[in-house]
Amino acid sequence: MNQKSILLYLHVHQPYRIKHFTVFDVGNDHNYFNSTMDNDTNNEKIIYKVAEKSYLPTNQRLIQLLNDNPNFKLSLSITGTVLEQLEKWHQPALKSFQELVATNRVEIVAETYYHSLAFFYSIKEFEKQVEKHRQIIERLFNQTPKVFRNTELAYNNELAAWAESKGYTGILAEGWDKVLGWRSPNFVYRPVNTNRIKLFLKNYKLSDDIAFRFGDQNWSEWPLTADKFAHWLSEDTNATNFDLFMDYETFGEHQWDESGIFDFLSHLPSEWLKTPGHDFKTISEAIETFDTKDEIDMPYTVTWADTERDLSAWLGNSMQVNAITNLYNLEQTVLSTNNEAIIDDWRKLQTSDHFYYMCTKWFNDGDIHAYFSPYDNPYEAYINFINSFYDLKLRLIELGYSV
Amino acid sequence: MKILMLGWELPPFNSGGLGVASYNLCKALSLNNGIDIEFILPYNSQHNIDFMRITPAIDQSIKSIKRSGIAYDSFSYIDEQGQTRWLSMHDQQQIYEHAVSNLVENTTFDILHAHDWLTFRAALKVRERKNVPIILHVHSIESDRSGNKHGNPAVQDIEYSAMNLADRIIAVSNYTKLKIMEDYNVPENKIEVVHNKINPYEFVDYDQSNVYSGLAKFKEAGYSVVTSIGRLTIQKGLPNLLHAFKLVVEKNPKTILFIVGSGEQYRELIELAAYLNIGQNVMFADFQRGKNYRDAYLIGDLFVMPSVSEPFGITALEAIGYNSPILISKQSGVAEIIKNSLKVDFWDINEMANQISAVISDRVLHDELLNNSKREFENLSWDDAANDIHGIYNQFIGEAA
Repeated sequence: MNQKSILLYLHVHQPYRIKHFTVFDVGNDHNYFNSTMDNDTNNEKIIYKVAEKSYLPTNQRLIQLLNDNPNFKLSLSITGTVLEQLEKWHQPALKSFQELVATNRVEIVAETYYHSLAFFYSIKEFEKQVEKHRQIIERLFNQTPKVFRNTELAYNNELAAWAESKGYTGILAEGWDKVLGWRSPNFVYRPVNTNRIKLFLKNYKLSDDIAFRFGDQNWSEWPLTADKFAHWLSEDTNATNFDLFMDYETFGEHQWDESGIFDFLSHLPSEWLKTPGHDFKTISEAIETFDTKDEIDMPYTVTWADTERDLSAWLGNSMQVNAITNLYNLEQTVLSTNNEAIIDDWRKLQTSDHFYYMCTKWFNDGDIHAYFSPYDNPYEAYINFINSFYDLKLRLIELGYSV
Repeated sequence: MKILMLGWELPPFNSGGLGVASYNLCKALSLNNGIDIEFILPYNSQHNIDFMRITPAIDQSIKSIKRSGIAYDSFSYIDEQGQTRWLSMHDQQQIYEHAVSNLVENTTFDILHAHDWLTFRAALKVRERKNVPIILHVHSIESDRSGNKHGNPAVQDIEYSAMNLADRIIAVSNYTKLKIMEDYNVPENKIEVVHNKINPYEFVDYDQSNVYSGLAKFKEAGYSVVTSIGRLTIQKGLPNLLHAFKLVVEKNPKTILFIVGSGEQYRELIELAAYLNIGQNVMFADFQRGKNYRDAYLIGDLFVMPSVSEPFGITALEAIGYNSPILISKQSGVAEIIKNSLKVDFWDINEMANQISAVISDRVLHDELLNNSKREFENLSWDDAANDIHGIYNQFIGEAA
């Protein structure tokens, strides 16, 4: 009997979006994230909308699935910034996540609290944010993460070595063809120059069938049903693990209820599990079950974004590089203030989404539909960020620091 | 295929963007698409144009042409003896209409293509006499020019009847298309959008020494220069820019606003600048041509087009061609084709000030905007507009055949 597992991993995140913050606010208003406008920078409003449209209905289905199928399991990553906002503004959604985890069949994966790119700018800061995330997961879910994923699945050999040195048993990355070559993502791998840690690679074709193509009526496979999808997976006779990694908001937000995505989700476990030898596993269970197939070498950073699978959506233009470099240059001064509000604002500004909103490549490619942002264009995103940054700097100056 | 084109001006005897657009469009249509064009002008002059036939409707020889601030107010023609002759818009139109309707008696052509309301009465006259398709090319409508809905009712009457009788309307932007539908109740499927373009290769030939050496010295001393180029008329929204600029100067005293153009608001704007106490930060240059015109763009760190209503806004494209990033009002057609631009509602003075301040104090933002808009600019070509229009002609020629 052929043992095959689906590793379903969902990523939950919401940033603190910067409000319309003008040059006239610099030095006068120290709140960057408290928009009360009826627009897409109103974080409270967005949390409410996403919770109602996605978190609550999806968690309700997931709980049902966990109750109905003892062999259904999944993994989640939930950032500190979204947990904080749920605690403040939507307790029922937070409770529904806690209920999921309480089944003991949902594993939470480690990451940075602020969904930042700190690994590439300051290891010290990065480690502090991973630690802060561990604390909030322990406090809210009573679980200590053992598997690591970096923001946007940004991965390279150094990150794997770091994760192993910190005792993580597994790490997640994109199963990018250019790295895999002829190899399949449907096995467990070992990062080059490591001894114990296991690497799980997203099967982006299968994952994107659900996350991106599901509702596309022009797609040749539309409509995608759970039995068709389960059948595709069965056809790979050698595989051990199908790593279906995607944004949690796929369910109900990226793919709307009307697309049939929840029906798909509800039927997938029973369709998959009806064949003997098929199951679902958390990442940690897969680490215990499967041996590594081969070594994977990723000297350059690979992410799960765009066709380039690199960091160019966050650090591809000079506005992005300027903004993030200036921000990390403040590290020592910010930390030396011991001022919680300043440190917290500095960290919230590190959230990768701010830099993503400044991305101009889709404007230049003409593929403007790929630009998801609460702002009209990347330049407005940059102006709001840089004005907030100047205000933060002024606060340091007012405390007597020279920056 | 022969097109009879009714126009109002051609460079170098032009007072604004209409002449430039007509010229470039005809050039591409004739040279690339092999269209035979006869272009009728209201005056007689040497244009040095060999790609189409230019026929004067009225035998007035001129050396120069000037327009007062308001587009439909009056024209002054300066004849070869240097005498200035003013003609009211109404008289001018009547003469043109009469002349065109006589002219077409002995002319054969497949389609009549008329540019803007000044030629529309003549177009309607032709319709009475000849059974040819009428295409109207709309570069602006009355509510754009007057800055609000209450324009000149005589002009609105002409636009209304012409647009409703025409076989097809070409609008220079989606913005204009929507306004035509809104103001004149024209069905959507009768209007096609062909954006104005620019030929990037015409922008390579400029020298480095700038005629505005005073401004250059201010820049050396750490000043930034914000430019705005266009007619000083209500449509262009300059009072809002002055109000915004006051806020900019409060934050960045080393900033100069350089306003180039002429028009009926000239005195009003000077007085407003003084009243706002930013007189020392605002410089006015009159209407300029040639190197003086190009150098005005080149000296700027940011070009602002704050128009209340701008059907297209070719100056914004010229600004990019002369290395200036652009801040344009959302109420403009050019905003549809340059994504890498800052955009603001013409009435949002605080946001206008915020965005101007951001660009002049941040070189990274300036460069990113400029480099990316330049890439969009480089891909523009009048050839594309001509191909679109050729396609529209073919719809009618096809029907006839």
